[in-house]
Amino acid sequence: MTPTVDLGSFDRVAFFGGIYSNHLALGEALKLARSRKVDAIVALGDFGAFGPHPDRTIEILREASLPAIQGNYEQALSTGAEDCLCGYTDPRDNYYAQLSYDYTRTRTSAEHKAWMGNLPGHIRMTVGGRKLLLCHGSPRKVNEFLWRSMTPDPFIRKLLRDHEADVIVCTHTGLHWKRLIEPGRGIVNAGALGRPANDGQTHVWFTIVEEQEISPVPGEIQVEFVPVPYDHERLAREMAEESLPPEFIETIRTGWWTTCLEILPAKERALGKH
Amino acid sequence: MSDAVHRPAEPGREYPISPLFALDTLWFQVAGTLCNLQCTHCFISSSPTNHSHEMLTLEAVKRHLAEAEALGVKEYYFTGGEPFLNPEIFEIIEATLKQGPVSILTNGLLIRPDAAASIRQLSDASEYSLDIRVSIDGYDPRTNDPIRGPGTFHRILTGIGNLAAAGLNPVITVTEACEGAGSQEGRLRFLEFLRSVGLTRPRLKVLPLLRIGAEAERSRAYESWETLRGRHLTPEEAGILQCSSCRMVTSQGIFVCPILIDYPDARMGETLGDALGPFELRHQACFTCHVTGFSCRT
Ligand code: SF4
Ligand code: SF4
Repeated sequence: MTPTVDLGSFDRVAFFGGIYSNHLALGEALKLARSRKVDAIVALGDFGAFGPHPDRTIEILREASLPAIQGNYEQALSTGAEDCLCGYTDPRDNYYAQLSYDYTRTRTSAEHKAWMGNLPGHIRMTVGGRKLLLCHGSPRKVNEFLWRSMTPDPFIRKLLRDHEADVIVCTHTGLHWKRLIEPGRGIVNAGALGRPANDGQTHVWFTIVEEQEISPVPGEIQVEFVPVPYDHERLAREMAEESLPPEFIETIRTGWWTTCLEILPAKERALGKH
Repeated sequence: MSDAVHRPAEPGREYPISPLFALDTLWFQVAGTLCNLQCTHCFISSSPTNHSHEMLTLEAVKRHLAEAEALGVKEYYFTGGEPFLNPEIFEIIEATLKQGPVSILTNGLLIRPDAAASIRQLSDASEYSLDIRVSIDGYDPRTNDPIRGPGTFHRILTGIGNLAAAGLNPVITVTEACEGAGSQEGRLRFLEFLRSVGLTRPRLKVLPLLRIGAEAERSRAYESWETLRGRHLTPEEAGILQCSSCRMVTSQGIFVCPILIDYPDARMGETLGDALGPFELRHQACFTCHVTGFSCRT
C-alpha cells in the first residue's frame, strides 16, 4: 500500500463503491458518470468478490486509468491472504465470503494483484473548497462497516476531527447513505456497483459529490446517488456458467440480499426481505 | 483465536497492557446487579437481592451521555441484571437513542406485549438501530431451566414471541453452557429451533463461559495456568479485546469492561475522562477474552 495521495481540486466527482466483479455495471456506470460531466471518477476498492471473471473488472478500471484506493479485497489479494479480510463474524457469512474469495483469488492474474498492492489506502481531494478524505471502510480501518443506523453524529464529528477532513467518502457496506451534520461536513457512503441495495430493485448505485452552486451557506456540497441499470440477466447467466452460488445469482435477479445478512444492523436488516 | 501465539511480556511488566484505542462502545449497567433471575452461570452473580451495583437513574445516564457525546462514542449497550426492572428504562432508551444506536441485553421475562410495543415505537422514532438481545440456555426446559430457573424456558419464549409480534427481530444469545451450542451442528439446530418458535429470520450469538462469579461455582473456576501473566500482546491482538474500545458505567463508577465489575482494581474512575487510560490484563477472565477472541458486543 502506498501512502495517501492528494489529487487536488475538483468541481464534480463520481465515486464508485464496491464493484465485486460486476464488470457489466462498471461499464454502464462509466458511461453514465461521463455523461454527467464529472471531472474525476474514483473507485473506492473491493473490485472483486461475488461476481464472475474478476480480471474483466480490473481491466476496465486500468484501461480507464481511474484513481483508485485499496479495499480489503485488494489488500488480501495483493498480500496472498487466506481470506478476504471482510470482517464478518457469522459462520454463514464467512462461508459465502470464502467461496467468493477462493474463486476470485484463483482467477486474478499476478500482474493485477501487483497493481492492487501499489494502490493507496486513502486519497485526499478538494470539492467546492471542502476537504474530502476517501477511504474504503473508515479512515481508521479498511474493513470497518459504517452503516447509516450505526454511525451517529458524535462519532462522525470525532472521525472528521481525528482525520482533518470535512467529508469522508467510504463504501464497504454495500448500502449507500449520507449524513451531513452541518453544511459541507459529514459522511457519504457511496454504496456499491457490485450488487443491488437490498431493496428489491435490480439496479446498482454510484455517487456524485459536487459543489452546491446556489447556496445561502458557503461551502455547501450536494450529494447525489445515481441508479445504474445494467444487463443483470446477462450477469446472472455468467455467474451461473461460472458455477457461482445460486444465492448470489438470486440477489442479482431479485435485488434482495441472501447472504452477508448477519452483519446488517437491526434497521437495515428490517428493510430487506431475508 | 485458539492459535494465539505465546509471546514473552515486556521486561519489567508482569501482565500485558490493553490500551484504549477509541471509546467506541459504552456500556451502562442500567439495572445494577439486580435481576429477577439468579442464573447459575451468571458471571456477575446477579440476583433479586444483589445490591453491589445499584440501578442507574435517568439523570446519571444523561450525565454520562453528555461526556460520551464529546468523546464521539459510536454505540451504547444496556445490561444488568435485568434492564427492564429499571423503572426509567424507556426514558433511558429514548434519551440514548437520540445520540446513537442501542443494544439491550435482557432475559426477556418482562417483555410483555405493551413493553414490546413501546420498544417498537422507540425504535421507529430513532434514526439509529435499537437491538434487543435475549438470552436462553437450551432448546427445551430440560437444558434451560436448571440454569435459568424453573419455568423460565416458556416465559423467555413468550417474551421472544411478544417481540416478534411487535415486528422486532431480537438477537438470541446462548452460552456454551448449552451443550453443543458452539459447534456447527449445534448452531444449525438452534437456528431451526428459533424458526420453529416464530422467528422467521433468526439471529444467534453463542457466548463462551467466563469462569468467575456464580459460574465459578457451577462448573469450575479458572486454573492457575489460565492467565496472561508473562505474555505480550501485539497491537492487533490487543485491538481484538473489547476493553481496547469500551468502558462500562455502573452506579459505582467507570469500569474497564462489562465483565470485571466485581473487581475494585477494574474501576478506573468517576467520569469517562478518568477512564481513558490503558488497563493491565491481570484477571483470569482476560485469558478467556484473548484465547477465544470473544466480545460481549453483538
Ligand atoms: S445471567 Fe442475566 S438473567 Fe441470569 S442472573 Fe445474570 S443478569 Fe440475570
Ligand atoms: S476481562 Fe476481557 S474485556 Fe475485560 S479487561 Fe480483561 S481482557 Fe479486557
